[in-house]
Amino acid sequence: MRKLTLGRRLFIGFNACLLTAITLLGIVPFIHLLAISLSSNTAAMAGEVKLWPIGFSTDAYQFLAEKVEFFRSLRVSVERVALGTLVNMFLVFITAYPLSKSNSQFKHRTLYVWFFAVTIFFGGGLIPTYIIVKATGLIDSIWSLILPGALSVWNVILMLNFFRTIPKELEEAATIDGAGHWKILTRIYLPVSLPSIATIGLFTIVGHWNAWFDGILYLNSPEKYPLQTYLSTLIMSMNAMLTSISTEQLEMLDNLSEKTLRNAQIFMGALPIMVVYPFLQKYFVKGMTVGSVKE
Amino acid sequence: MVWPGVIFTLIYAYGPMAGLVMAFQEFEPLSGFFKSKFIGWDNFSYVFHLPDFGQVLWNTVVIAVFKMVLFLLVPLILALLLNEVTKKWFSRFVQSAIFLPFFLSWTVLGGVIIEIFSLKGPVNGVLSSMGLEPIMFMLNNGWFRSIIIGTDVWKGMGYNMIIMLAAITGINATLYEAAEVDGAGRWKQMLHVTLPGIAPIVILLSVLGLGGILNAGFEQILIMYNPTVYEGADVIDTFVYRLGIFSQQFGPAAAIGLFKSGISLALVSVTYYAAYKYNNYRIF
Repeated sequence: MRKLTLGRRLFIGFNACLLTAITLLGIVPFIHLLAISLSSNTAAMAGEVKLWPIGFSTDAYQFLAEKVEFFRSLRVSVERVALGTLVNMFLVFITAYPLSKSNSQFKHRTLYVWFFAVTIFFGGGLIPTYIIVKATGLIDSIWSLILPGALSVWNVILMLNFFRTIPKELEEAATIDGAGHWKILTRIYLPVSLPSIATIGLFTIVGHWNAWFDGILYLNSPEKYPLQTYLSTLIMSMNAMLTSISTEQLEMLDNLSEKTLRNAQIFMGALPIMVVYPFLQKYFVKGMTVGSVKE
Repeated sequence: MVWPGVIFTLIYAYGPMAGLVMAFQEFEPLSGFFKSKFIGWDNFSYVFHLPDFGQVLWNTVVIAVFKMVLFLLVPLILALLLNEVTKKWFSRFVQSAIFLPFFLSWTVLGGVIIEIFSLKGPVNGVLSSMGLEPIMFMLNNGWFRSIIIGTDVWKGMGYNMIIMLAAITGINATLYEAAEVDGAGRWKQMLHVTLPGIAPIVILLSVLGLGGILNAGFEQILIMYNPTVYEGADVIDTFVYRLGIFSQQFGPAAAIGLFKSGISLALVSVTYYAAYKYNNYRIF
């Protein structure tokens, strides 16, 4: 290896420092969040807590363990993720399979593809969608969080692009052996598509876990809120109080609210994602580079 | 096999599109689309004459344009810097940290951001340790808008960065060798090999981003804003939400929605056509 010039060495050092700073920017906010949730309420309120708990206390988490709203919404979230992922994936499979065929095998294929693709470019928007969801009787039911977005056209496109790479011979051989389309899909296409399925599945799970606005929009009863929607009400009510009063009152109010508890709940909302994050990242990068950097 | 998907799309994607007729109606939820009275363009002239509408439109475009430009520049710089890192583990660690916020919801991030910029938060802590007056970041229109733009870039920059890094890795290594033989240093190699090598993907990303000119980030703003900063941060989507859902003015709200989707559709069609024409980009 050649000797590095002084300029090059300076750059390497500077680059490492800069990138380390940017890295910290991605991590430190969450350490701060955790530190607050593990501090005493007084220290948290006074703004003393930075990156390490002050007056270490697990009170917030003990309180959380008995908080009915939290666990109720957690259960809704789990239900939503399970049901939603099941419905979404099933629809992706059965829609992508016929669309991956050629025009001769599936009449009017191009027409169907356009029928779906148009919805990527144009939509009715918030208000008409709300009216339709209301008209189909889903308001205040968990299905309002699942059915309106049941078919993700992007995922169908990802899936059908993958299906098209599967060698035709596999299908032909199966047809000769007397297999129908259902058999070909479940016995051949799905088993060889596992990496793509993992990518899309993880997308879907994260999407359902993170979604909160549809809960605000379609659900009337707070008992039916999923976790992220419940968290959003905590944050928005805090935000609303922020503006209606003066600074002195703000400080008094801050003393009344349970800051550590709020931060503990927010942290718990992020925790599942952080736990699966390493897998997520790997599959996500794979899915992304397949989807976007292609010829 | 295709029918369940078709049915769902018909109801929940084409249904609302047909429902856009309400933009031309004096819409009454009880009468529905079929019995509400048609009033032509009245809803449009009503909303365009609302005192706040101009400001809302301006906010939307300003926020969206700043985000669009930064979503190209910041990831590009990050990708170029990361490309110069020789230690694999360090590069991978940095990428992971930058990409993490992308996967978290705006509720979680909004909660963290509001806390960090609060009166007693760490940012004001740093300011006061430098002897400066604390700033009410979330209640100041100028600051709030910058925070909206900055934190969205913070959340999303990992995405484009990964795409650009992948493009850089795809550049033919012999080009670098040839440049080195010609006596080009690292800086010259970056300028004349790396940048031209990823120019197509950068252009593609910017072209595709144009369609989002009226998307300033609905969920983010909704969770973080408050009435004090409406002036600087109220955007079309939040305006439609309050007008339609809170004030129950369905017709006018749908009219703004149609105005927005119309402009987006025009831009997206043009940009996708351009991307297809010049880059052979196709989504299916």
